Amino acid sequence: MTEILSLIVGFLIWPGLIVAAALGFFYMWLMRKLTARMQGRKGPPFYQPFFDFVKLVGKRSLVPRDSSRVLFFLLPFISLTSTVFGLMILPLPGSAAPSFSGDLVLLLYLMEMPVLCDVLAGFVSRSIYGQVSAMREAVMSLAYSVPLLASVIALAQAADTFRLAELHTAPFGLVTVIAFIAFAMAIPARLKSNPFSIPNAEHEIGHGAHMEYNGLPLAVFELSHALELMLLIGTLYVLFLPGTGHVATDALVYLAAGFAVVALVVFAKVSTARFTVKSALRFYWLWGGLAAGAAMVVAIVS
Amino acid sequence: MGVLTKLFSSLMATSRRKSPWIYTINSGSCNGCDIEIGPCISPRYDAEQIGMLRHASPKHADILVVTGAVSKRIKPALLDIYSQMPSPKAVVAVGSCPASCNVFAGSPVLDGPLDKFIPVDIWVPGCPPRPQLIIDGIAKAAQMLADGQTADQLGKKVAAE
Repeated sequence: MTEILSLIVGFLIWPGLIVAAALGFFYMWLMRKLTARMQGRKGPPFYQPFFDFVKLVGKRSLVPRDSSRVLFFLLPFISLTSTVFGLMILPLPGSAAPSFSGDLVLLLYLMEMPVLCDVLAGFVSRSIYGQVSAMREAVMSLAYSVPLLASVIALAQAADTFRLAELHTAPFGLVTVIAFIAFAMAIPARLKSNPFSIPNAEHEIGHGAHMEYNGLPLAVFELSHALELMLLIGTLYVLFLPGTGHVATDALVYLAAGFAVVALVVFAKVSTARFTVKSALRFYWLWGGLAAGAAMVVAIVS
Repeated sequence: MGVLTKLFSSLMATSRRKSPWIYTINSGSCNGCDIEIGPCISPRYDAEQIGMLRHASPKHADILVVTGAVSKRIKPALLDIYSQMPSPKAVVAVGSCPASCNVFAGSPVLDGPLDKFIPVDIWVPGCPPRPQLIIDGIAKAAQMLADGQTADQLGKKVAAE
């Protein structure tokens, strides 16, 4: 009974939906605020993402005539649920995560779900912008998955485990450093921010896969995007940062990791222009591939 | 139960006031007003402080910003875009052209003024108006959305031609 209760708490409160949504909205605001400050603007007040979300929930939803009504409404919720499940199995500070052998593999699958939902949403909406965006997102997923997956596999190989809690306490080594470089390369593309904002390139293809989305489904997609950021920060924390053995200091390390990721992503976003699909693919398969290969070699040799 | 509904509706009103997303359409304007809308999101005026964002899809938008005296070619597209915006929505007419067709009045290529086709909530006067005035108009439209006073929320339609 207490196990079920702790699972429900893990799903709904921490590290699941409610706290992660609040923290995710806070990071989203921080991104907009930092962007604005770097561009010489003042930027939105801190409650902005929350009010955007509530406003979208309160709007009527229009479904394009040719698209499947069920899929149109279902996709954002699948994206949200899988992200929350991903957060739930992460051994974050203070969470009663259900730890089992192979939860790393499950986490990788759950991390791919929002991408898949975006691709499908682009096609389901029957918008030409959505379809272009869906294709670009699929290609980008092929590109950045090389360093992302290789870094995780190298870490698992070096620590000889697929269990997140054990990876969190695994000792540092050369493989951690190289795998971190490969993982960090993939972050901007995973968040679809500049210079890899190719799938949701504004001024080119509008808002990409979410072009035809409005009202509640769009709000859920926005929330899911905020939680994706949380999932990425959480994964980075679990895989690459040490546990200190104390909840409070662990939480501080976790928050510091979040701020660092947000600051670096915004810095890259503001100071660069957008790559074309081809050059992004080349970047990830060449430099990302090199980092991935180096991580794998170090993991196998050591 | 009554308290909850009240809390929810006041939260919704605040959200609508603080998050005006706009979609702009040039319905045959001379581009003067469009040039003045651009600076609204620039460092000097920075309307993101009141939550204003310019969106590329009318389906994301709450406020339709129209410039220009409606030309015959743009009229179907204008009506299409207006109907694609999910309720509740507001319309802000920027400049003298949507209000009176300005110096183009009587032209055979025009179908204006704007309020013959879609109900307008806020008129921003000027030829062109300054960015401050446009931001003020958008903030007022957002306030109308929060109060439930827009033509769309009140169910007002324009008289048929």
